[in-house]
Amino acid sequence: MLLEIENLAVEVAGKRVLKDVNLSIAEGETHVLLGPNGAGKSTLFLTILGFPQYDVVEGSIKFKGQDITKLSTAERVKLGLGVSFQTPPAIRGVSVRDLLKIESHQDMDEELNPRMQELAKQLKFSDEFLDRDVNLGFSGGEVKRSEILQLLAQMPDFTMFDEPDSGVDIENVELLASEIGTLLDKDKPQGSRKRSGLLITHLGYILNFVSADRAHVLIDGVISCSGNPIEILEDIRKNGFNGCVECAQCL
Amino acid sequence: MDVLSVRNVYDDAERAKDKKAALGADITIENFSDETVNALDMIDDLDDLDKQTKKDLLQVGVDTEEKNRSGSFLQVDQSNIFTNNSMSDSIEVMNMGVALEKYSWLEDYLWNVVKPDADKYTAKTALNEQENGVLSGYFVRSLPGTKEVMPVQACMFISDEDIMQTAHNVIIAEENSELHLITGCATGDDVGSAMHVGVSEMYLKPGSKITFTMVHNWAEQVEVRPRTGVKLMDNSTYINNYILTSPVSTIQSFPTAYCDGENSRAIFQSIQGGKKDSIIDVGSRVLLNAKGARGEVISRAVAQDESQIYARGHLAGTVPEVKGHLECHGLVLSDDSFIYAVPELEASSANLEMSHEAAVGKISEDEINYLTSRGIAEEDAESMIVRGFLNMDITGLPDELAEQTQRMIDMSLDGM
Repeated sequence: MLLEIENLAVEVAGKRVLKDVNLSIAEGETHVLLGPNGAGKSTLFLTILGFPQYDVVEGSIKFKGQDITKLSTAERVKLGLGVSFQTPPAIRGVSVRDLLKIESHQDMDEELNPRMQELAKQLKFSDEFLDRDVNLGFSGGEVKRSEILQLLAQMPDFTMFDEPDSGVDIENVELLASEIGTLLDKDKPQGSRKRSGLLITHLGYILNFVSADRAHVLIDGVISCSGNPIEILEDIRKNGFNGCVECAQCL
Repeated sequence: MDVLSVRNVYDDAERAKDKKAALGADITIENFSDETVNALDMIDDLDDLDKQTKKDLLQVGVDTEEKNRSGSFLQVDQSNIFTNNSMSDSIEVMNMGVALEKYSWLEDYLWNVVKPDADKYTAKTALNEQENGVLSGYFVRSLPGTKEVMPVQACMFISDEDIMQTAHNVIIAEENSELHLITGCATGDDVGSAMHVGVSEMYLKPGSKITFTMVHNWAEQVEVRPRTGVKLMDNSTYINNYILTSPVSTIQSFPTAYCDGENSRAIFQSIQGGKKDSIIDVGSRVLLNAKGARGEVISRAVAQDESQIYARGHLAGTVPEVKGHLECHGLVLSDDSFIYAVPELEASSANLEMSHEAAVGKISEDEINYLTSRGIAEEDAESMIVRGFLNMDITGLPDELAEQTQRMIDMSLDGM
């Protein structure tokens, strides 16, 4: 397994948000995380990422066989984790170009490498745009594309996407989906994919463009149901998350 | 009797010689020694300076090779040891004594936008002048209708312990001319304690523009009291950039721009990094006294260690149809440091527009997390945020000077 989460319980500011989460993702797999607002989806993401506010009180997270529960965020990222945020903060004086150089392990004095320049173009960013302060005054679509561009610089082995399609128009969803596909080795035959991912999506719209192997429904800090993404989404569309609650109660 | 006596400059100064400044710690001037004016020998070339001094000067934007400059001036302690006035046909650079001999009208520009009785520091400077003549400081002037894009560089350097350095500078941009200045202030490596008082008076004639970029790099026990006044006539533009990121004992300044001409515009941009136990009290004031005048005061302050920063800004609109904006952002990085932001707006007429924006706080955890999630270690993330925060876009400079200024800022932020 690439990522293995066992009996994970997490507190944020003393309040238990995740109760007993078990989740395994193998190499080359893409999983989807569904669930109502406040169920703990983002908490799970940020706990995997290791943000200090998320206090693991029980259980463990293993990545590539190594227990990373106590590692810092930067250390986890060095091991091959990556994330695209739904609403990342703006940072004055830190340009997209600077970040891309750091993320692609370039020297700051060098020009941005040709691969990243080409990818920036593909994601409809002008050269001048790269000199803007990251996320400062970006439109919703620009934020999402900049997040994906930064991940393309990192090329993580395991990438988490928090609502990568929210607030993005249809034309750009396809563009983003194609780059997300690159990050998840979708251009390769299923058997030879190495990169894995976990997508948070509300509406599942992105799944029309990015295929997923498995879906999990997180309700009230517990994964209440796992299975085929298309079937689960269909169920939720028909019965809402209440159906999942009932389903969980049967388990 | 000379003009300054007729104008009661010295009488006013005499009366104010014990007058405490309105702001800042009261410095005992007597603890510092007066230097004989022009006691040091002139040098022929800035290149003749020793290696360390060259480095110190470069740190504050003064290039001893004089590349891309339109003039140079260097005052060490109380001596003008170098002036280069032959680099541009558009610009005059002179030592004050020389300039006053050449231009009899220049006396009218002395003690006009800075008052001799403002406080004991201005009084001391004026009284020194009464005793020795107006000999220290520089005179820079751009001739009418000229636009020299290369900057004049001027430097005030303190080379010896316990010295009191005074300077009186006059900068004049004649009608429809453009003038750019880089001024650096620094102390020699072996200087611990000293005092600097710089009186600067600037005059912008109609349609002119001055940019004044100042980098301070004092030693840790230096008391600094610059006193600056700027008078703007119709359609003129003044841009003041101030950078301080090295430790100092105390610095207190509150340069004031008088927008007396219609459609005149004054912009103050400052970057302040407080370190060790520095006490930095730097403000900017713009008086909007004529129709269409605009003022902007933008500051970024970061307080570290045990430093204290008072970030002041004052805009006063006295007539209709003026506009002003004040922006003050501060980061407090340690529990022992502090920032006191004082944005003041004063409106004494209807139909004017003034606004302010001030925010002081710690580094945002969200921002640190965001950068660490890109693989940047926490400590590096913090320093990137601090540097980014201070690295504001300086507006209004010609391209080449903007690039140079950016390099100066980068250099200043290196140690942050």
